[in-house]
Amino acid sequence: MAEILNEVQFSDAAMAEMQRYISHYPEGRQKSALLPMLHIAQAELGGWVSPEAMDKIAEILNIQPIEVYEVATFYTMFNLKPVGKHVLEVCRTGPCCLRGADELIDTLKRKLNIEEGETSADGMFTLKPVECLASCGTGPMLQVRELFYENLGSEQRVDEFLEMMRHKEHETPTWAK
Amino acid sequence: MGLKILTEHINVPGIETLEVYRKHGGYKSVEKALKTMTPEEVVEEVKTSGLRGRGGAGFPTGMKWSFLAKPEGVPRYLVCNADESEPGTFKDRWYMENNPHALIEGMITSSYALGANTSYIYIRGELMFVLRILEKAIAEAYAAGLLGKNILGSGYNLDLHVAPGGGAYICGEETALLESLEGKRGNPRNKPPFPAVKGLFQSPTVVNNVETICAVPWIVNNTGAEYAKIGIGRSTGTKLISASGNINKPGVYEIELGVPVEEFIYSDAYCGGIWKGRELKAVVPGGSSVPILPKNLILKTAAGEDRLMSYESLSDGGFVTGSMLGSGAFIVFDEEQCIVRNTWNYARFYHHESCGQCSPCREGTGWMEKVLHRIEYGHGHQQDIDLLVSVAKQIEGNTICPLGDAAAWPVAAAIRHFRDEFEWHIKYPKEATAPGAVYRGQLDAVTA
Ligand SMILES: Cc1cc2nc3c(=O)[nH]c(=O)nc-3n(C[C@H](O)[C@H](O)[C@H](O)COP(=O)(O)O)c2cc1C
Ligand code: SF4
Ligand code: FES
Repeated sequence: MAEILNEVQFSDAAMAEMQRYISHYPEGRQKSALLPMLHIAQAELGGWVSPEAMDKIAEILNIQPIEVYEVATFYTMFNLKPVGKHVLEVCRTGPCCLRGADELIDTLKRKLNIEEGETSADGMFTLKPVECLASCGTGPMLQVRELFYENLGSEQRVDEFLEMMRHKEHETPTWAK
Repeated sequence: MGLKILTEHINVPGIETLEVYRKHGGYKSVEKALKTMTPEEVVEEVKTSGLRGRGGAGFPTGMKWSFLAKPEGVPRYLVCNADESEPGTFKDRWYMENNPHALIEGMITSSYALGANTSYIYIRGELMFVLRILEKAIAEAYAAGLLGKNILGSGYNLDLHVAPGGGAYICGEETALLESLEGKRGNPRNKPPFPAVKGLFQSPTVVNNVETICAVPWIVNNTGAEYAKIGIGRSTGTKLISASGNINKPGVYEIELGVPVEEFIYSDAYCGGIWKGRELKAVVPGGSSVPILPKNLILKTAAGEDRLMSYESLSDGGFVTGSMLGSGAFIVFDEEQCIVRNTWNYARFYHHESCGQCSPCREGTGWMEKVLHRIEYGHGHQQDIDLLVSVAKQIEGNTICPLGDAAAWPVAAAIRHFRDEFEWHIKYPKEATAPGAVYRGQLDAVTA
């Protein structure tokens, strides 16, 4: 059966980290660990969570798959489709716009030849505008996985950033070290 | 530069480690509270201090704590709101990142006061790097006997955990936060019951902002009466201000409440003036949901008095000529900024972040975004301004949670104070949409 062929297996490190979160909640309230589990799955599975990954999480928590889907679709951080190697989550909110966020988004579109939500032809970058990331004093800025890249207000800073990212591998999440 | 309570040691190298933090007086409040005070005495000190919630609403913290229900045999929870998603606000992120033990100390002392044996810090999911910093500090605190069973031999037990969100502004609203912490969609709950009676896992719960909790250790160490001497009137203590926008020195500043707004904007101790030698146009003083004020009304009240950085002074004049301190997010606009564009940007934000449960909020935010978009892009109609005012009115007060109001207020205020700028966009769409065009205060001058 296709479903069995697609079954997701999390690494031991990911499973241990999921169990650690589950242990933070009282008996019968294990579902509370759902959000951290989705983050762990996304970090482990190339930056997005597939339906199979969500089914696996449902199985671990002993809840219905729909309970995982409805949560994953509510929150903006979970990518439900494959993404490029680096998802550029660019802040597009007012305070950053006062310091050039609109221009940053336009520059990225032009340099990567993509629109919002798209992935560059080489599969390297996905452009994903997001709302205020609590870094308004150092805007315009963007996030890639767990890290912030700030003060991207000039074309030169953007070029340096993109060049660095082209050669960058993702950090191993702390729990997998 | 005024008294520093929260940030006194923030620049000490290694302050993020337990050892250095303790060397600078860290965790003294835990010793004092757990060994020499009853929980009720701690609550009393916080009441006396006049401390008000730093998350936005400014509700007196001691009073909130005394409302917590205490039924026999039911656990109670303290949940720290580290969701920090209100546009313009970045003080909590900055503070936790640089001084994580201060939050942990505050959580221990506050949890003791409330009789909670398990507490959570709910942090927005985008701040995973801060979660790691907090978890490292928590591990150090467990190892030193400051968390876990029988803390410092006092007989008091506390477990402290950090939980990440998933990206949703609405989860900063306390009941949405609790839903999210339970692993659900962040839909705000109907109230009553209030969290003080039925909160996390249906148990009595207090939700407090990061900065509120971080103020508690100083109050315990120095007494509530001493804290109440700081600040001005009912705005006691110090406040972290996130300063952003078109200023020379954006960043987080701890101020004693009552500093004049003019000093805050122009002094080199704070914002350092408007950047690029430009003029000040307007300020949103408390996060995206509070009313914007033009230069004359942010520097002086309508009565001509100096406007101060305090709860009372910033709201002087109500919503007609005043605003709010809110979360302390101080967003500064220079003369080159377009108010219409900014208002559209915020409307888009609220529409994007509406959880969709109530139709006035879901539909109203969508309408406002659409109408503002067409005005900004040169397709506005004369009736659009009144339409916006009427949509904002219909949202206000008709929703489950305050996000609806938060979406309506900025639109209503922008029109109240900058109506001719909206009219200009509608009357002269070609000029208004030209690259770099800004309204300069003369409605019909452009065509002359
Ligand atoms: C839409 C919305 C978003 C909110 N976001 C936050 C937030 O990010 N952080 C916060 O501390 N409070 C936020 N609040 C306020 C909380 O509901 C709550 O009042 C606060 O956490 C209480 O803590 P305090 O009394 O210490 O301020 C928000 C409220 C609303 C309606
Ligand atoms: S006011 Fe908006 S965000 Fe709040 S519950 Fe209603 S729909 Fe959701
Ligand atoms: S507006 Fe961009 S980080 Fe706040």
